[in-house]
Amino acid sequence: MRAAQKPLQPEALSGRTILDSTAIARIIDRIAHEIIEPAGDEHLPALTLLGIPTRGGPLAHRLARRIEVFIERPDAGIAIGSVDITLYRDDLRSRGLRPLAPTVIPDGGIDGRHVVLVDDVLYSGRTVRAALDALREVGRPRVVQLAVLVDRGHRELPIRADYVGKNLPTSAREQVRVRLTEIDGTDEVVVL
Amino acid sequence: MRRHLLSAADLDLGDATLILDTAEQIDTALAGREVKKLPTLRGRTVVNLFFEDSTRTRISFELAAKRLSADVINFAAKGSSVSKGESLKDTALTLEAMGADAIVCRHSASGAPHRLAEWVQGSVINAGDGTHEHPTQALLDAYTIRRRLGRLDAVRVTIVGDVLHSRVARSNVVLLDTLGAQVTLVAPPTLLPVGVESWPAEVSYDLDAVLPKADVVMMLRVQQERMNASYFPSVREYSRRYGLDARRMATLPDEAIVMHPGPMNRGMEIAAEVADSVRSTIVEQVSNGLSVRMAVLYLLLGGAHMPDGAVA
Repeated sequence: MRAAQKPLQPEALSGRTILDSTAIARIIDRIAHEIIEPAGDEHLPALTLLGIPTRGGPLAHRLARRIEVFIERPDAGIAIGSVDITLYRDDLRSRGLRPLAPTVIPDGGIDGRHVVLVDDVLYSGRTVRAALDALREVGRPRVVQLAVLVDRGHRELPIRADYVGKNLPTSAREQVRVRLTEIDGTDEVVVL
Repeated sequence: MRRHLLSAADLDLGDATLILDTAEQIDTALAGREVKKLPTLRGRTVVNLFFEDSTRTRISFELAAKRLSADVINFAAKGSSVSKGESLKDTALTLEAMGADAIVCRHSASGAPHRLAEWVQGSVINAGDGTHEHPTQALLDAYTIRRRLGRLDAVRVTIVGDVLHSRVARSNVVLLDTLGAQVTLVAPPTLLPVGVESWPAEVSYDLDAVLPKADVVMMLRVQQERMNASYFPSVREYSRRYGLDARRMATLPDEAIVMHPGPMNRGMEIAAEVADSVRSTIVEQVSNGLSVRMAVLYLLLGGAHMPDGAVA
């Protein structure tokens, strides 16, 4: 609803473009294959993709769509949801208030499922930790994995991604800006 | 959002919508979960400072704070040093010295929470002051309407009964007007406050004429404990002219809902069969109150303290 109000013609960002829309599409395809391969066809029905708002949401949907295309079963029933971690953050006091985003747990819950958390950028690892805390309250998945579009380093917690779109060494002063068509009107990753 | 929530008039359309949206997100995040607890306000202290009796509001605030993992202290004036003559100010300063981050205050004197807000550093939430305001009740009513009818803009809300003594009516008129609803007040002339013509609401004395055009009927409790004069000839006459019974309910449009802030006088302002009908949202209002109060606590206490009016 809110995304629709954003301007459809995004202004150009003055920075280094790291990934354009073709590169992002290729990465989604590759991660989709990586998820399919070890899981095997028979395990795919247990797959649940949970996007971390804001931009993990559209990424999770894109991944699910590509997986369904590759296994040639558009009705594979891959569960898609989102898990908002705002209420689980440990830096609320220092960073100020943020509006909440929707949490949607697919019907049937996550007990015994193969959950893949999907986010745009992996940085300190605190978001992922908060997401794990949130999942613990929702149920007990069989396995939880993490897929990110960009891993920019600077981890502050012992957390790593299972599926990485691009490793991007950055300095802490730089900003990594991910824009996705569903939200921002264009697909790109830019370093500012 | 400001630091305090003292009056429904403190909220502009953006603030009010943010609170309702936040409540909705909290609702969906907790829906169907076995562990309905969030770690958001861990280490924060919320004091329930109640100088007046209350069941649902106090329990609702207590549960809301606990669901967000805050520490809760319940303070009832009875059995405290207030009965030894300690003033509101000294009581508040004592609570503050013990580290209260928020004080939820109910008081029989209109304006008590406003005074309180001048004395303490933390947030003050008005949980009902005299015949003045009860903003979280208005928020939960608005939330209930939005969930049932899907909108608030141009919804026609009829508020019936003891408007004179009702802080719920005052807060609702202000908030619903902010949110774009059209409010009509129906009451005997003796139970309308002086100056009601300046409120953003229509006034009528004839319930039967108004009901066919109402999307929402909100029945108010006749507050006999605040009545030291006779405002109407008899309970039976009040009930006949301003009570909502099954016959009157049948004249409502199909989608219309019936609300009551509770506690109810069954058989007086509302018939038992109406209170228990499918149109009635009375039980829903209680559970929605919990989500709305969680949203208010999160928005007031969740972030870093910022200058008044700032939202990150």
